[in-house]
Amino acid sequence: MIGSIASIQRLAYLAASLLFIFSLRGLSTQETARRGNLSGIVGMVLAVVVTALALRAPGASTAGTDAWGLLAGGIAVGATIGAILAARVAMTSMPELVAILHSFVGAAAVLVGIANYLEADPATGGGSAVHEVEIVVGVFIGAITFAGSVVAFGKLRGTIGSKPLLLPGRHLANLVMTVACVVLSAMFMGVPSPAGLWALLAITGIACVLGAHLVLAIGGGDMPVVVSMLNSYSGWAAAAAGFMLSNDLLIVTGALVGSSGAILSMIMCRAMNRSIVNVIFGGFGAAPPKGVAAKGPAGPIQEATVPQVVDLLASARSVIVVPGYGMAVAQAQHPVKELTTLLQKRGTKVRYAIHPVAGRLPGHMNVLLAEADVSYELVKEMDEINEDFGDTDLAIVIGANDIVNPGALTDTSSPIYGMPVLEVWKAARVVMMKRSMSAGYAGVDNPLSYRENTLMLFGDAKQTVSKLVTSLQAVSSEAA
Amino acid sequence: MKVGIPRETYAGERRVAATPMTVSRMRKLGLEVVVQAGAGEAADYSDAAYMETGAEIAPDAAALWGQADIVLKVRPPSMPPDGPSEADLLKEGGSLIAFLWPGQNKELVERLGKRKATVLAMDAVPRITRAQKMDALSAMANLVGYRAVIEAASSLGRLMGGQMTAAGRSAPANVLIVGAGVAGLAAIAAAKGLGATVRAFDTRPAVREQVESLGATFLEMKFEESGEGEGGYAKEMSEAFVAAEQALIAQHAKASDVVITTALVPGRPAPVLLTSGAVVSMAAGSVIVDLAAEQGGNCPLTERDKMVEKFGKKILGFTDLASRLARQASDLYAMTVFNLLEDVYDEKAGKIELDLEDEVHRGTVVLYEGKLLWPPPTRPRPRSAAPQPDKKKPAHAAHGAHATPAPSKGGPWPAIVIGALLLTAGYFAGGEFVEHLTVFLLAVVVGWHVIWNVNPALHTPLMSVTNAISGIILVGGILLMRGGGIGAVTVISAVAILIATINVAGGFLVTQRMLRMFRR
Repeated sequence: MIGSIASIQRLAYLAASLLFIFSLRGLSTQETARRGNLSGIVGMVLAVVVTALALRAPGASTAGTDAWGLLAGGIAVGATIGAILAARVAMTSMPELVAILHSFVGAAAVLVGIANYLEADPATGGGSAVHEVEIVVGVFIGAITFAGSVVAFGKLRGTIGSKPLLLPGRHLANLVMTVACVVLSAMFMGVPSPAGLWALLAITGIACVLGAHLVLAIGGGDMPVVVSMLNSYSGWAAAAAGFMLSNDLLIVTGALVGSSGAILSMIMCRAMNRSIVNVIFGGFGAAPPKGVAAKGPAGPIQEATVPQVVDLLASARSVIVVPGYGMAVAQAQHPVKELTTLLQKRGTKVRYAIHPVAGRLPGHMNVLLAEADVSYELVKEMDEINEDFGDTDLAIVIGANDIVNPGALTDTSSPIYGMPVLEVWKAARVVMMKRSMSAGYAGVDNPLSYRENTLMLFGDAKQTVSKLVTSLQAVSSEAA
Repeated sequence: MKVGIPRETYAGERRVAATPMTVSRMRKLGLEVVVQAGAGEAADYSDAAYMETGAEIAPDAAALWGQADIVLKVRPPSMPPDGPSEADLLKEGGSLIAFLWPGQNKELVERLGKRKATVLAMDAVPRITRAQKMDALSAMANLVGYRAVIEAASSLGRLMGGQMTAAGRSAPANVLIVGAGVAGLAAIAAAKGLGATVRAFDTRPAVREQVESLGATFLEMKFEESGEGEGGYAKEMSEAFVAAEQALIAQHAKASDVVITTALVPGRPAPVLLTSGAVVSMAAGSVIVDLAAEQGGNCPLTERDKMVEKFGKKILGFTDLASRLARQASDLYAMTVFNLLEDVYDEKAGKIELDLEDEVHRGTVVLYEGKLLWPPPTRPRPRSAAPQPDKKKPAHAAHGAHATPAPSKGGPWPAIVIGALLLTAGYFAGGEFVEHLTVFLLAVVVGWHVIWNVNPALHTPLMSVTNAISGIILVGGILLMRGGGIGAVTVISAVAILIATINVAGGFLVTQRMLRMFRR
């Protein structure tokens, strides 16, 4: 038979791999993004259907059919849960969703590794040393991804404090755990399946602790990097599973995801002017918070009232809005959009300035603004807009802190020194909306608050912005 | 490093490539500046004004070119068939930034190559968001569009706006703009500002919104062919299409007092859009301004650099419209040139340093230390609903195209070490493992390259898609079920399948949800 089942399957896998590449490629521009998503879906369906069909292909063991019910059930339940999650999630909690989904991939990789070990099928090289190494690596990466993502999820939700957990001797602890895993894997490889199961489970356990510890040590401000790094790990885990199952599709796909996640993390790191090693092992707040209390430039601040800010808005010819995580927390994107639309109607030039690491996920602010239907042509990146602040009458900072901290450029003792920031203070006036005077995620005081041209407007971002909209409307209709 | 600003030699050229303002900014970059005497005269900048901001004055061209390491110019260096070219005056190894049109000036580029020159062409600045501040073509097109209306109005024997007076009433003039690129849009705005009724035509349906946003009526052609070409330029169209286009324009020209044509297809003679027949049928005293005169004109009756009267209609083929706004044009041009210079000039090294991975540098460079680098390798351009013939729409044009971060410059060592380790592992493991390793490494490289160009706004969707895709581990679970039976392996696999599916479904659906929200 020319078109044997095996070769059909391989061709389908090839097609699926290509579709995944197109998918990632498509996601790089707005125009092609939806097509990209679609080709990802098609690739996935193709891969799953072909694999499932191969189970009961003529010549496959008849036992395969027993599994069908279980398979279909698993997919149906999983797809339903996934669909519900996707439909329900608020755009502001997107980071949490992404983090928890990563943990699923990690967990699945661990389970696949263990099941593969128990199966010990000679067809996939079961029993050989190479294969056992592959299993250990797959399980190890999977477990790190799983536990790390769960912790990241907790941090993003706020159930785990955002401050980095810096145990004394944590590097040593990481090292010990890694060495323990190596030793255990040597023991694991010495014995035939399933006698080595305990060692494999022990490796899983240690790797979980290691993954959790790694992420716990990273401060909340670095979350965008962490999330994209875990994204990368989940890819490597899938690739490792491909090695152990001798499946090229898994290898290709895993490697694609792995390297793309790695690049995203690097892009993020570069945006913050830090090395990735520093983020992974150092932790943002790793430098002891020197000077925060001691030499905080705590001077008088100028607190503004809503009518004052409305006056400023009404008289400004150009306004730049700088959203931050606070806008996401308060779900203020819709009132913000209303405010800017109103300003535009009045003939004011309005733009949004997005810092690459604003929010808790790369591109987080863009997603929120898109949800509020803000035209993406108004949304500018840091490099595009930084020099325009000088010609701007009013900069409105909504729930952002570290990304507008002038200390990052001037104060060498600041933990965020060297990170490029949005230079809002160059605008004629700055209004900073915050809940309180507390420091940002990086735990650094923000000298911007004390500048002469800065007005502080305290309160919940959503309520405050709504008030601004109402008052500005009143002003506009009076004038009309 | 010394920057030189020569006086333009092209007849009728009144612009200058630097203003006292940009001179002072160059000084701040640590550059010395020398200006040829009288260089800014036609643009109302006196030598004294340049001296005030820190420039030296060179008495003549020879003195200027002799000492300047970097020359900033407006027009390409002169190439008289007999006499010496300005290109030969450039210092050996010197740099030049100017409009160059390298596609049309091959010989000039060769001459400059012999001088081992580094040459950046202002007309080749890529149309991407980051490079907008260096986009001299758009800056000039904007002025040209405005000036076209002013020229038309001054040659027109009537008011542009409508009036009702005791002495009678007059309707507003009808203005037809053909081609709604930057120049076309600027012309619309200027004509509207004078009170005229404006209609505009363009082959690209996408510009309708921009035309209407300026208060003009968009003329639509019912024809199944979109004029959207690469990089937001209009492309050449089929014959039938052109005929339909000419008919539509003729029909509307008949009722117009002013027709301004701006249609250019890059590197080609301008398409004929306003036929002689259409000109004949227009009302006596009407004015036609052909902004494509430099490339042969959109009207066959146009004569370059002249105003001619044919069939009782005035046809203006001026190509120096930007120069007629010399001061403003110089201000804008000088700023774009300065922005480019600032981008390529390395203060520490004290010279122009090009990063050929940088899309702006790569696109703009014609010669790098004498080596021909033009044209740049084509990259896929966003099919944004932007620009048009020759000129692009204003400010917010090339969104969607984003600066390409260069792949990491960190030393190759980590990659080499990892590669060596993997290869060693492959050697010992042998057989199938090596095959898998091949596939794996290739896929890593593909992934690496596919992602670099991603638009930052899409980071979140990208992440959720890759996340969904990594749910491919689901296939692993299925494969493990082939053993059959309801044993531990099957159950564990089933659980793996279940959670992996959550991931797949959740990831794809949430991506779709996000993407649906993105809009222009």
